[in-house]
Amino acid sequence: MRLSPDQLVLWQHGAFKLNATIAYTWCLMFALAAGSKLITRRLSFAPERSRWQNFLEIIVTGIEQQIEAVGLSRPRSYLPFLGTLFLLLATAALCTIIPGYEPPTASLSTTAALALCVLVAVPLFGILERGLGSYLASYLQPTVIMLPFNIISEFSRTLALAVRLFGNMMSGSMIIAILLTLTPFFFPLVMTLLGLLTGMVQAYIFSILAAVYIAAATRTSELARQPRAAGPGPGPGPGPGSGPGSGADASSDEHT
Amino acid sequence: MDSMTIIAVASIVTAGMTTGIGVLGPALGEGRAVATALSSLAQQPDASATITRTLFVGLAMIESTAIYCFVVSMILMFANPFWNSVIAHAAGK
Repeated sequence: MRLSPDQLVLWQHGAFKLNATIAYTWCLMFALAAGSKLITRRLSFAPERSRWQNFLEIIVTGIEQQIEAVGLSRPRSYLPFLGTLFLLLATAALCTIIPGYEPPTASLSTTAALALCVLVAVPLFGILERGLGSYLASYLQPTVIMLPFNIISEFSRTLALAVRLFGNMMSGSMIIAILLTLTPFFFPLVMTLLGLLTGMVQAYIFSILAAVYIAAATRTSELARQPRAAGPGPGPGPGPGSGPGSGADASSDEHT
Repeated sequence: MDSMTIIAVASIVTAGMTTGIGVLGPALGEGRAVATALSSLAQQPDASATITRTLFVGLAMIESTAIYCFVVSMILMFANPFWNSVIAHAAGK
């Protein structure tokens, strides 16, 4: 039994291997890029728009609202990165309805690459937003003793992002493969439906977590100046785990 | 029992126990989280967007511990490094 689509080699020439992960990622990239290009070729400001333009606008504004709700005040500057993440992951999960397709996110290489993108993007956005010194000083919050733990948390949350997505997508295809040998006809269908739901939720969670991490990196000083601000954003916690949780706790405390 | 059998038995038993025991904690935690989120949704339906989003993010955090256990047991069953080295050793002998 294959653990990941990495082990399915489609084409090989010398040391150059083309496995299913790369091939399906290329297909997804091509579909997304060509589809967006085709739709945005004729954009109109008139009230009558093509249905595809409406479709794309719903997606883009929806992502933008979600980013803003997390607490990033200017969603436009984060939209390319976070939107691309979500669209790629959601398409990768949605395409499992096509027979013979295996989601490239069921391979640890893909998810590790995406998580590394997040690992690089978080300090990048933090430095762009707040300057190098201010960003680096945030590692010393709340005390200097927390410095190693803050650095460890950067890497452990990257590992968590990668393994969470990989585990969820891999378990979906694995469970279907096991069930096909046990109860061939009807039950795998139900699990495929469940897999679609899990895939969409995981795509949402991956991009929301990336947004939360970026928000924690860009907004810390702003919240430290006015403690317990009533904004919807994450709290001033230094760690990634405490970021969304403490923000939610603060806001729910205020509401009750 | 030779070492091959010991490795096989240990891998299989540990794979089952990893998922079986490791899922207990996250299941209890997720149950508590969903119950609390439901009661706060009932108290203030206006805040449903915030509550739902935070619930999803928190559930993902909790669930990842269970996913770690699952990945470990999958590795033990399908990509076991100890088993592979024993096989390679036996083949080379």
